[in-house]
Amino acid sequence: MTESFTGKIWVLDDDIDTDIIIPTDYLALKSVDDMKPYAFSPLRPELAGQITPGDIIVGGKNFGCGSSREQAPEVIKALGIKCIIARSFARIFFRNSINNGLLLIECDALHDEVKEGDTIEVTPGTVIKANGKEYTIASLPDNLMEIINAGGLVKAMRKRNGLS
Amino acid sequence: MGMTMAEKIIACAAGVKEAHAGDIHTVELDRLMSNDGTTHLTIDMYNKLKNPQIKDVNKLVWIVDHNIPSDSPKTAASHKKMRDFARENKITFYEGEGVCHQVMMENHVRPGELIFGADSHTCAYGALGAFGTGVGCTDYLYAMVTGTSWLLVPETIRFNLHGKLNKGVYARDLILTIIGRISANGANYKAMEFAGDGLASLSMADRISICNLCVEAGAKTALMEVDDVAMDYLKAHGREPKALFTSDEDAVFAQVFDIDLGEIEPIVAKPHFVDSVVPAKECLGVKIDEAFLGSCNNGRLEDLRVGAEIIKGKKVAEGVRFLVVPASQTIYKEALKEGLLDIFMEAGAIIMNPNCSVCWGSCQGVIGEGETLISTGTRNFKGRAGHRDSFVYLASAATVTASAIKGEIALA
Repeated sequence: MTESFTGKIWVLDDDIDTDIIIPTDYLALKSVDDMKPYAFSPLRPELAGQITPGDIIVGGKNFGCGSSREQAPEVIKALGIKCIIARSFARIFFRNSINNGLLLIECDALHDEVKEGDTIEVTPGTVIKANGKEYTIASLPDNLMEIINAGGLVKAMRKRNGLS
Repeated sequence: MGMTMAEKIIACAAGVKEAHAGDIHTVELDRLMSNDGTTHLTIDMYNKLKNPQIKDVNKLVWIVDHNIPSDSPKTAASHKKMRDFARENKITFYEGEGVCHQVMMENHVRPGELIFGADSHTCAYGALGAFGTGVGCTDYLYAMVTGTSWLLVPETIRFNLHGKLNKGVYARDLILTIIGRISANGANYKAMEFAGDGLASLSMADRISICNLCVEAGAKTALMEVDDVAMDYLKAHGREPKALFTSDEDAVFAQVFDIDLGEIEPIVAKPHFVDSVVPAKECLGVKIDEAFLGSCNNGRLEDLRVGAEIIKGKKVAEGVRFLVVPASQTIYKEALKEGLLDIFMEAGAIIMNPNCSVCWGSCQGVIGEGETLISTGTRNFKGRAGHRDSFVYLASAATVTASAIKGEIALA
């Protein structure tokens, strides 16, 4: 996933925790697809219904803090979110996202200079273009990009072992 | 160049002489803990692998604690999946014996070990000088199948503790103060190491409480030097260290804080962030609907003693539910023997079986719309304990118990 893509953004604040992303109450649901309508519900109950595949989330500091529940990045991916761009990510969420093939990008400046509904262009590992401005972004190591491109760690392991 | 405790443990687990912050190493894990929060997902993924095998089943510990006893056919099915898989594969399995981290401290953790837990509060194991870190179920699966994982060696923030906590001030107040000072991501990707002459005055219960909460500052792990207090605990539980490490004098720390324990005061973390801390006296009078004494953070015998002493001969305020949840069966039995549970029951508290309870907003004790909980649990995120429009304040066992008696936030 190094090709450019564009997407409409949803802007969230600092410290978006995993209980916000998917509350405990819904973890017993049978599948991540069943959980989708409840994503972000403590904060913005209407948000999950408004997100369309290909959208991008822009967050503040410490995105994904809290529990190690892997359903958090899974449900965001299931909603069709293309990537999350935040000022920083909590570490367990970072690993879990990579392991589920969800692209995360750290960018300090973007959050304060865009508004919800803007369309931005992202070239992973290179640059974000928004409202006529460009933001340089770091690239992830090749082994992590391999996992993301495969759709997650389990899929990457299967691919490495020659399984489909 | 000297090494920190975290660097030494990773070097040992990676089989290399030296490891330094920023290096990435493939490490061999000593132990792998998973609970009913996500184990069913791990099993589903495991079953999708071709001819999967567990690398070393002796390293696995599975614990049902989040929803025990089950509250619905769905959780019962999830537990059954975990129970059957554990039995079939001869995995060490606990069900209802306590909150996972307490069970691990009582039965498994050894100094110098590198432990993955599919639970964010795995950093608690640092109280015994072990590098515990929380991972998701995919990382857990990889470690379960290969016995290894990759780790970025973290920088370390060192906290030198001096003196003693004043009477009426607890480890919980100390760690909330620290989290308030460095913020909810102040230790993101980093290790938090505690040392100094003040450590000797802290009990194992205090130490577990401190290390346990470090993930609320974003920490990858928490570590404490193993001293006589830790060694006594280890021996009393019939275990020996894997290895004893301390940070070298010329180890490089990202930051160093000196903390005078005598300056710490009772603290409350206000809704909805763990780092929204204020002196408890600034919250006096806030009406509460429920109080919770328990969790992997503060459900130990020492916490129950503190609460029992405060509530002895008094009553829980009218209209308030006071939940008391010992963190393990061992603690439960000790509390029974000491008469602590009698005291709580006389006061009108509800005693529950060891589980994660309302701390993670599961089967028992969840709060409704507009309600307020004061809790010794780990988190106060919006909606964490029940309805999305509810409020959680975090505090010590003493402040929680005093508040249960008064029906509003109060000091003991």
